[in-house]
Amino acid sequence: METALFTANNVWMMVCTALVFFMHLGFSFLEIGLTRQKNTINILFKNVFIICTGLLLYYLGGFNLMYPGDFNGYLGFSGFGIQLPENGLTPDYASGGYTYWTDFLFQGMFAATAATIVSGAVAERIKLGGFMIFTIIYVGLVYPIVGSWQWGGGFLSTLGGENAGFHDFAGSTLVHSVGGWAALIAIYLLGPRIGKFSETGKAQAIPGHNIPLAAAGVLILWLGWFGFNGGSVLSADPAGTSLVLVTTSLAAAAGGIGAFVLSAIFYKNYDLTMFLNGILGGLVGITAGADLMSPNESVIIGLLAGALIVLAVAFVDKIKLDDPVGAVAVHLICGIFGTLAVGIFGAKAGIDQFLFQLAGAGATAVFCSVTAFSILYIIKKTFGIRVSKEEELEGLDLHEHGMDAYADFRLNQH
Amino acid sequence: MKKVEAIIRKSKFDEVKKALHAIDVNFFSYWDVTGVGNEKQGHVYRGISYSTSDIQRRMISIVISDEFLEPTINSILEAASTGNVGDGKIFVSDIQDAYRIRTRENGTAGIN
Repeated sequence: METALFTANNVWMMVCTALVFFMHLGFSFLEIGLTRQKNTINILFKNVFIICTGLLLYYLGGFNLMYPGDFNGYLGFSGFGIQLPENGLTPDYASGGYTYWTDFLFQGMFAATAATIVSGAVAERIKLGGFMIFTIIYVGLVYPIVGSWQWGGGFLSTLGGENAGFHDFAGSTLVHSVGGWAALIAIYLLGPRIGKFSETGKAQAIPGHNIPLAAAGVLILWLGWFGFNGGSVLSADPAGTSLVLVTTSLAAAAGGIGAFVLSAIFYKNYDLTMFLNGILGGLVGITAGADLMSPNESVIIGLLAGALIVLAVAFVDKIKLDDPVGAVAVHLICGIFGTLAVGIFGAKAGIDQFLFQLAGAGATAVFCSVTAFSILYIIKKTFGIRVSKEEELEGLDLHEHGMDAYADFRLNQH
Repeated sequence: MKKVEAIIRKSKFDEVKKALHAIDVNFFSYWDVTGVGNEKQGHVYRGISYSTSDIQRRMISIVISDEFLEPTINSILEAASTGNVGDGKIFVSDIQDAYRIRTRENGTAGIN
């Protein structure tokens, strides 16, 4: 392969790496916007912690846990640290798509996003220490192991033989459901925020303190998805990348509309936060099959995902779980939907593929729930995972950090 | 008629509100204030630890007929207290007259 093409591929991959990194800003803004000002520093702290620790853990061993080379298909490890292989800087390394370093960094940026999903769901009441321990174990071990089953060449990728198996283009299951299951388990073990459910069990509204920031966050996430999906083509192939960007954005747009219309019908009002969550639902929904769907199918998937968001948010409230940012609805429910959609729509639709998708979603469900539950349950029974009532009422910024997010500027609380 | 003004902890506001509703005091205003007093809060900023007695509080202002005065004060004392320094203060003053704008009633009819 000539140098110019290799360079072009690698440049695109590096740009996508930066875009995926940028998604952390989107998550941060979204989480801050939908929670109360008294916890803003805590939310940002958790997000920044995830960015830094996630990458370092991936460098220490996550990368080699996720791509162990030749292994039994379930668990493998090719050593601590990152070492440039012989062909690591040549077109030989990854069919000329990128260098070893780009490979590490691009994948490293994905790793941290799985933990960020959890940070939104547990906001405003989780103990910082407990969260940090959980993140280290979950991002350091669970995420790479699940990733190895598919992208690392493990058992999911060969369910149907050499060239047939589970298909998860950019991670509806491997990233979003991995985070989503942990989020679900966490909010179950943690319990709802004080005041989220009345004595009779009716869900109460706890409005976020900065809706503009939440909106900015979602638009930033959409931008980041250009890299998240665009880079999952693993080269700058014009056909692949341009199609994927189209399917991704169409699904996002349709997701927003789907959520807006359904929530307007159900609740008789125009809720911006539902619209925003719908966009994210569409993005997560297309992520498993962005390379397989036609534009029409992308729109359908988006609309369905958006509608699912509205139903899922109501359902989570109904089963008395408190999810301040809709992480379970967006990442778990739409992650599973996007995964199964690969067997229903697109180039690989069919009963065989659908069963592979079910297998992948199922294996992830079991492994992630069990590991997340174990880690969090142990932390809960030893150090405790929830702050005290007083700390929660007065704000985590004051008690966990002794700092004010808005020291010079007061917003009145309800 | 009396005005009861109470400066309380923000974290106690929901309890106080509930206690007032329980004795049928349903109308009052409230706003956030910064208070200076005996309680100190520890903060840290970029390596500098400092203690401040400028602390966020909530001010409630209630105007009630005379017979509600004792129950109101007692409810607030019960609900807003934690036993720690910084629980707040209650002030009572006389109100000359009160009007309900919608119906133009005044006197005790204007507030209950």
